[in-house]
Amino acid sequence: MAQIRIVNLRKDFGSFNAVKSSTFTIEDGEFFMLLGPSGCGKTTTLRMMAGLELPTSGEIFIDGEEVGMKPASQRDIAFVFQMFALYPHMNVRRNISYPLVSQGMPRTAVRQKVHEIAEILGITNILDHPVGGLSGGDRQRVALGRAIVRDPKAFFMDEPLGALDAEFREHMAEELRALHDRMGATTVYVTHDQLEAMQMGDKIVVMNQGIVEQFGVPQDIYDWPATKFVAQFIGSPPMNFLDFHGMVGKGGTSVTLDGTAFSLPRMIEGANGDLTFGVRPEHIQFDDSARYRGRIVATEYLGTTQIVSLDTPNGQIKARIASHEAVGIGQTTGLRFDPRTVTVFDAGTGRALRSEANHGVLAHG
Amino acid sequence: MAEVILSDVAKSFGSNVALDGVSLTIPDGSFVVLLGPTGAGKTTTLRLVSGLETADRGRIQIGGRDVANLTPAQRDVAMVFQQYSLYPHLTVRQNLEFPLKSPILRTPRAEIDRKVGEVAEILQISHKLDNKSTALSGGEMQRVSIGRALVRNPSVYLMDEPLSSLDAKLRSDLRIELKSIQVNSGATLLYVTHDQIEAMTMATHVGVLDKGRLVQFGSPREIYENPVSVYAASRLGQPRINVLPADLFGAAPAGATHIGLRPEHIVQGEGQDSFVQRVEHLGDQTRLHLSFRDHDLITVTEAHTPLKGGDIVKIRPEKPYFFNATGARVT
Repeated sequence: MAQIRIVNLRKDFGSFNAVKSSTFTIEDGEFFMLLGPSGCGKTTTLRMMAGLELPTSGEIFIDGEEVGMKPASQRDIAFVFQMFALYPHMNVRRNISYPLVSQGMPRTAVRQKVHEIAEILGITNILDHPVGGLSGGDRQRVALGRAIVRDPKAFFMDEPLGALDAEFREHMAEELRALHDRMGATTVYVTHDQLEAMQMGDKIVVMNQGIVEQFGVPQDIYDWPATKFVAQFIGSPPMNFLDFHGMVGKGGTSVTLDGTAFSLPRMIEGANGDLTFGVRPEHIQFDDSARYRGRIVATEYLGTTQIVSLDTPNGQIKARIASHEAVGIGQTTGLRFDPRTVTVFDAGTGRALRSEANHGVLAHG
Repeated sequence: MAEVILSDVAKSFGSNVALDGVSLTIPDGSFVVLLGPTGAGKTTTLRLVSGLETADRGRIQIGGRDVANLTPAQRDVAMVFQQYSLYPHLTVRQNLEFPLKSPILRTPRAEIDRKVGEVAEILQISHKLDNKSTALSGGEMQRVSIGRALVRNPSVYLMDEPLSSLDAKLRSDLRIELKSIQVNSGATLLYVTHDQIEAMTMATHVGVLDKGRLVQFGSPREIYENPVSVYAASRLGQPRINVLPADLFGAAPAGATHIGLRPEHIVQGEGQDSFVQRVEHLGDQTRLHLSFRDHDLITVTEAHTPLKGGDIVKIRPEKPYFFNATGARVT
């Protein structure tokens, strides 16, 4: 098993700069997510780690050894692709055995190892079936089996659940995570699905346009986004942005939006100009005695909660409240924002201003 | 706009029964979402109403008129498919205008411009109106194909997973837009999806289909809070309802074989010990994967819970549903 360290990694395709300068560390045994929209450089990063692309500059360390220029075959990595390909003319057992047989492992050892893997994956009953007649889930399990049977240093997965329908995907995500918990192998997983990343990952790297926007544990990233991009990309609905022109002093604990003062965590850095007040939907409360008003424009029922869209003097926002609270479209309501959870951003650069609440998280990002 | 009534409609493709006697009333001005997994009969229902397929049995009425002998054009329906098809040689504007320029309608020019402008605004494609339709991204093409239906004023809109190819942000914007179009215009919509969020947030009525049969029909809240079966209960709610042996937590009502517990209906801190297998921080809430008497279950708790894997937490069911051996609701 392995620790993987990425230092100032860069990749250019001709004049296109796919990955700008990534630095992050994947600890031994972590389930690590590379998250971002399509074209952000997450797959390119993974392919460089695997040895399928050569970096333009920068270093990749696997267990302390720099492997940036080593071929894929010498890195001892197992790669699971989105489109898993099995050998169609072989049965399940031979598909899983193949990597071991080609390494020249003795037959009895192969048999034992394959059996062990099949147990872990819960596919002992189909070992002698041809792969042609298998369900999508079983095919995926066989593909995984072929990857893990070699005991590689790390597993790399590129949207392995991308092709599955929503219901089954949820199930496989849980299965993959449980498998990881049993085996403890370092796993690097590429996805564009923020929920999948939050759900499965021990740590997340959020990438956008070739840049690492933030790196850390899921809850920290959700609570204290380093940039407006992260705040919008993580969370459904995303963080609300109330744009305003004003100032927030160093050491200050409030800002003024449309004539109303709102409390904040104590600011470590101040700013003046175009700013954004960021608050998550579940940290908005309706209170008719509050001075700041919003007009309800839409509600969306979601079972126990509902999402309410409101027009405010600083733009449209969405609040998540209990579904039994009655709200009428067209009505106005007073709004309060939980001051402990607020992030203020520089609207121009999109960067979060440091406060006593978020500086611990932003310091290591 | 019009009411649509299906009475005992059946359709088979060879030996495969797609619809097995569905009766359904889509009230005038309602937004009806048909929900179910692949193969439940959702799309077949839509195609039968549109006239793209003919029913083997039963009757379909649109606005009080039996449509059995009417062509799709005569039925006055507007359909949006999952796979968009635009006229490739026309611009976005020309594509959107096309239905209005039909010789039967004779829409005045000013009216066409107004309507196209309005729809383009709603669908966030105003800046692309003069682009060739082939010079658009997939999401933009799908918005144009929705727009082409919206410029018309048919008796019913039929939509087959129109948002499934769009990205998350656009999908959530368009959910609200489609809903407000329907509310403001009083349009009747029959909408097919397997996305429960779309069903819950937009529908006035949800029809739950299972293997060609309509198993429940009601408001999203009715189906969420008062499901008739395990199947209906499993259609709505994320994470999904926990279905466990009826007597797992104590005495069960007569005839019950299973207890159904929505993740949010498991009280923590009281009751009996369960083992925390895994904690998933999703940001706004945290999911707990628990093991209770050799059964796995999922519950939700506050975002910043101190619980972690390996801990013991007491749980107690609240508002349980009980189901019998066939999956039907007992209490």
